[in-house]
Order: sequence, then C-alpha cells, then structure tokens
Amino acid sequence: MRQTRAIELGTGLFVLLGFAALFFLVTQVTSRQFGIGDGGYRLVASFEQVGGLKPGAPVSMSGVNVGRVESIEYDFKEYRARVTLRIGSAYDRIPDDSDAGILTAGLLGGQYVGIGPGASETFFRDGDQIQFTQSAIVLENLISKFLFSKASEQPAAATREESNR
Amino acid sequence: MSASARQQSAGADGIVVRMRGLHYAVNGRPIFRDVDVDIRRGAVTAVMGPSGTGKTTLLRLITGQLRADRGLVEVEGQDVSRLDRAALYRMRRRMGMLFQNGALLTDLDVYENVAFPLREHTRLPERLLRHVVLTKLQAVGLRGAWRLMPSELSGGMARRVALARAIVMDPGLLIYDEPFVGLDPISMGMVLRLIRRLNDALGLTSIVVSHDVREISAVADFCYLISGARVAAAGTPSALADSTSDEVRQFMHGLPDGPVPFHYPAPDYAAQVAEPRG
Amino acid sequence: MIAALPRELLASLREALATLGRYAFFLLRLLAATPRGLLRFGLVVQQVHNAGALSLVIIMLSGLFVGMVLGLQGFDLLQRFGSEESLGVAVALGLLKELGPVVTALLFAGRAGTALASELGLMRATDQLAAMEMMAVDPVRRVVLPRFLGSVISMPLLAAIFSLIGLFGAQLIGVQLMGVDAGQFWSQMKGAVELDDVMEGVIKSGVFGVACGLVAVYEGYHSVPTAEGVGRATTRTVVISSVLVLLLDYMLTAVML
Repeated sequence: MRQTRAIELGTGLFVLLGFAALFFLVTQVTSRQFGIGDGGYRLVASFEQVGGLKPGAPVSMSGVNVGRVESIEYDFKEYRARVTLRIGSAYDRIPDDSDAGILTAGLLGGQYVGIGPGASETFFRDGDQIQFTQSAIVLENLISKFLFSKASEQPAAATREESNR
Repeated sequence: MSASARQQSAGADGIVVRMRGLHYAVNGRPIFRDVDVDIRRGAVTAVMGPSGTGKTTLLRLITGQLRADRGLVEVEGQDVSRLDRAALYRMRRRMGMLFQNGALLTDLDVYENVAFPLREHTRLPERLLRHVVLTKLQAVGLRGAWRLMPSELSGGMARRVALARAIVMDPGLLIYDEPFVGLDPISMGMVLRLIRRLNDALGLTSIVVSHDVREISAVADFCYLISGARVAAAGTPSALADSTSDEVRQFMHGLPDGPVPFHYPAPDYAAQVAEPRG
Repeated sequence: MIAALPRELLASLREALATLGRYAFFLLRLLAATPRGLLRFGLVVQQVHNAGALSLVIIMLSGLFVGMVLGLQGFDLLQRFGSEESLGVAVALGLLKELGPVVTALLFAGRAGTALASELGLMRATDQLAAMEMMAVDPVRRVVLPRFLGSVISMPLLAAIFSLIGLFGAQLIGVQLMGVDAGQFWSQMKGAVELDDVMEGVIKSGVFGVACGLVAVYEGYHSVPTAEGVGRATTRTVVISSVLVLLLDYMLTAVML
C-alpha cells in the first residue's frame, strides 16, 4: 500500500509539473493574455494594408497595452482589411476621434496596433468604428517608391544640365 | 472414494474433454496425426511423451489457444473450434492452468497474484476476497508467504502459488503443463501430493502433461503416451509399465536406444570423417 | 542471382507492407479498447508513473543542456547580424516546435520504450501473457493498453517540461553569461511566439507519444519468447521509434507550417 501511494504521489507530481510547464509556455512565452479576453469592448478599424499583423497582437496607447487584435477579415464592400480590436474595460475613455495605426516594434519585431488619442469629448463605445487609420508600412513598397522617385529625379536632373549648357 | 468409483458415478458420459481424429501441423510438419483422447471426469489423466512431441500443443488445443487443422476437440460438450472469443473466455473461466514456471505476474505480490482472477472477474467485497485468497494459499501451504514478490520465491513455491491462483475461481478442469520441471525432490513431492489432494478434495478433473514417468505413475489414474504424432499407448500406469511394445518400454523405462534412436540421422560415419567439410 | 533480386525485393516489400498492416490493426484494437481502458484509471496512473515520472530526470537534464547549447550557438549566430536580442525568439521557437518534441521522443524511445518492450517481452517469454489468456483476461486490455495510454499521456507533458527547462538553460547562457538584456530576451519572445507555435509542439509530441507507445508495446507484445527475442524487440523498438519520429516530424512540420 505504501508503494502504491508513492507511485501515485510521484505521478501526481509529474502530471502537475507537466501541466505547469505547459501553462507557463502558453501564458508567459506567447503574447496571448488572458483576462481581457472575455470582458472589455470591441472596436472596428479598416485598413488599406495590415502587413504582418496577426490576431492576438497587442493594441497599445503610448506604449501601454490596452487590448489585443481579435480578428482580421477582408471586407468586400470596402475592399479593405477589417480589423476587430478588443479593448480592456478599464480603458473606456478613448476619444471617438482617435486614430489607429499599424506599427512595428523595432526593426525586426512583430507588428501591433497603436492608438493615438483625439480631442473629442465623447468616447468610443462597443462596436464603434475608428475613422482615422494609418496602414502598415510595407517595406517593399517603400523601397520601390524610393527607387522610382530616384529614377525620375535622375533624368530630370540630366535635362536640366542639358538646358544649362 | 477411488478413481474408478468416481468414474462410474459420473455416468456413461463422464467425459470432459473429447478429441477425435485430431490433425495438427506446424509449417507442414505434422504434430498430431489422427489422435483420439478422452479425459474422464474426476480422474487425473497424464499425457506423456518424449520432448518435442507436442504435449503442450495438445493442451493449447484443449484451451482453444490453438485450433486444430482437422478433427474434433470438445470440452464439456462444446466444440472448441467453433467458439468465438467471448465464448472461449467463458469456457476458460471454468478451467485452471498451471504453467511450466508458474507464470506469476512479476509486478504483483503473492496475495495479489492469487487475487488477480477474482479482481478481474468478480466484484467481491475486500473481506470476502481476502478470505478466499487466504484459504487457497493455506491449501498450498503458503499463507505465510502472502507478502512476498514472485522474484523472492523458489521454483517450487512459485508453482504452488500458481496452483493457488489456478484454483481460486473453483474450476472444474485443472491443467498442469510440466509441473515437475526443475524441482528438487521435496518440492516435487509436495506438488505431486497437491495434484492428487486437490483433485480428490475439490472434485476436479486434472490433466497433467509430463515426461517424468515415475512421478506421473504415482499420481495418474490413466495415461496417454504420445509419440510420433499419434497416441502410442493408453492405459493405467501399471498397464503401460508392463507393456511389451518396444516404443512404450523405451519411454517408460528410460532406455537410451530403441525406436527413438540415440543417433540423429546421419550419413556414414567413416565417409563423413574422411571427407573434408563442405 | 540477378533474376532473384527483384523477387526478393518484392518479398521484403510485401513483408514491410504486412508489418505496417499489423501495426495498424494493433493500433485500431488499442483505440477500440481505450474508452473502457480509461475506466481502470489506477492501471493507467501506474504506467504514467513508469513512462513519465521515471523519465523526468533524464528529460530535465537533457533539456537543460540542449537549451544551453542553443543559447550558445544562437548567440554566436545572431551576434553576427547584431540582433542578439532575438535570442529568446530563436530559442523558444526552436524548442517549442522542433527540439522539445523530437528530442523528448527520442529519449523516451530509449528510456521508456525499451523498458516497455522488454517488460512485455519478458511477460511473453515467461508465459505471463498466456496465463492471463487462460484466466480469461485479455492481456491487450489489461497489460498493453494501460502502457500505451501511459505513453500517450506522458509524452506531451515531458516535452513541455523539456522545452521549459531548455528555455531557462538558454536564458542562463544568453542572459547571465553572454549579457543579452533579460527584458529584451523575454519581451521579444513574447512578441513573436504565438499560441499556435506552442500548440504545434503539443500536437507533435502527442503524435510521437502514440507512435513511440505503439512501437514499444507492439514489438514487446509480439516478441519471440526467448531471451534473444526480447533483446531483439528492444533493439527494434529504439530503431523503429527513432526513424518513425523523425519521419513523422517532417510530415507534421510540412502540414502545419
């Protein structure tokens, strides 16, 4: 009997340890945060380009985490990406003319939604749409734009030199 | 009550196991060719024969672990080859079997080993179960060893524990597979006496497979001698001992040469020695 | 000789196919018995102990060292690009998705798989399985199934423990020894690792648990009942499990990527 008890104890410890490890990996190693999940309220924002934004990414105001991205869909009426944000109920006084942008944490970091506060006296409520949005910056577009502008600059400069002669 | 009296009281159909025209082959090599065997109720029947004649195979045919190629194997009037898995298991609950080395479950102690069939098949309250298990252990004289693990038992003790386990479900048929192998004379005597006593006291039918002629003659009521894939002889031990057949005499008296040759079949001695290998 | 070759090849191919079929049947038999097997919880607990709890020390030790190596190698590599802050991300993803499940499974095959195979082989060789059949107890349900379930339950837990310990091992090297900023290490990791990455590891180790458990109990249960047969069963268990784990790992990675 004592032997069975030792086995049960050892097994219990092992299972506990295993689930604790799993719990730690899920909560501490990933960006997933619990607690905001059920409560809080939803905001909707539509973007021309979401880039690498993924569900679960943080939503921040001035660097403070106020919620997370719940879902990303494509809206065929507007032909834009429609992003649903879930904001924690503690942050219920965001002015309803605030803007949302998709930003990148560091040069190589993940993307997140940043909200910049507006000046309105009324606040967002559940289901409201954020009117002012700024799309994600796509590096390739940026580079190609840069190259095109350079390319169009060059011949222009050349003709100028010609006429000067 | 003597063996013959018991047989008569069992009536005309006092036959527990009936084998008729049994054929069985492994990889084309015949083990049994047209074998007939009857096991009578209440008797200790011995199945003897030289090593490798398939005595254990015979037991496996009776218990349904193997199926005959041809012929009839009937246990308590049921055709074993026709039984499905569930029916086979139902039949085996009325059988006990003692394996060569006991086959005790190594991760359970003596008590739990004997209790194993009860725990698997019944829902006895712990007190009743304890009573049954200790009674059976007492019957084999090992009640005091109930806390030992199988690895702590001697060969003879392990076999006695296995015997207690085999009778814990109160079977009608008890089968012993080579119960004397590797036992010292004292343990052998104990097992012998147990076979006889259990058979008579519990009203069992026993089948003992062995090649130990002297021991088996002391305990068996009836003997089958299997040799060359058939029944070479059948009768009471004393009848077999007095047999005039060369084959029976060689086996019963342990003669080194006879119908079973001393030499494995070989080419001419001088020629093989002279010839280089290859 | 040359004419015989294709025929031999064909024969061995057929044999391999037949083995696969027998494995599949055995797995089906185990799965069919699983609901009733789970009812006998005590038996399963005992096997979780044998397969899981007794493997804990080797798993934790290996996890620590694998993590430390990852920390060292990862730091060396990332330093060349000047992004050693991403060490946490690199190590966490490597452990969670690949090394945790795979190394755990390989160690498990060596430690618990062989123990299972030789235990069952010994039970076969000493007639214990035959004795159970004679007592009208199905050995697959009573002996094999709890061992199989014990493996399936233990593997994901062991892999999670392995990954976690590995992470701390990497942190130990990266942060304490090489001077990566601890905040960067953890926050970048949190930013980049998704729940899906953790789940990928859990799914993989669950599949590996089924594979390793199945191979061990199959080989042990069907071993030739001699001392040599038991030895061969344990060897086959390690070889087949290891190859199978790596093969399945590739397939699962390809599917889930």
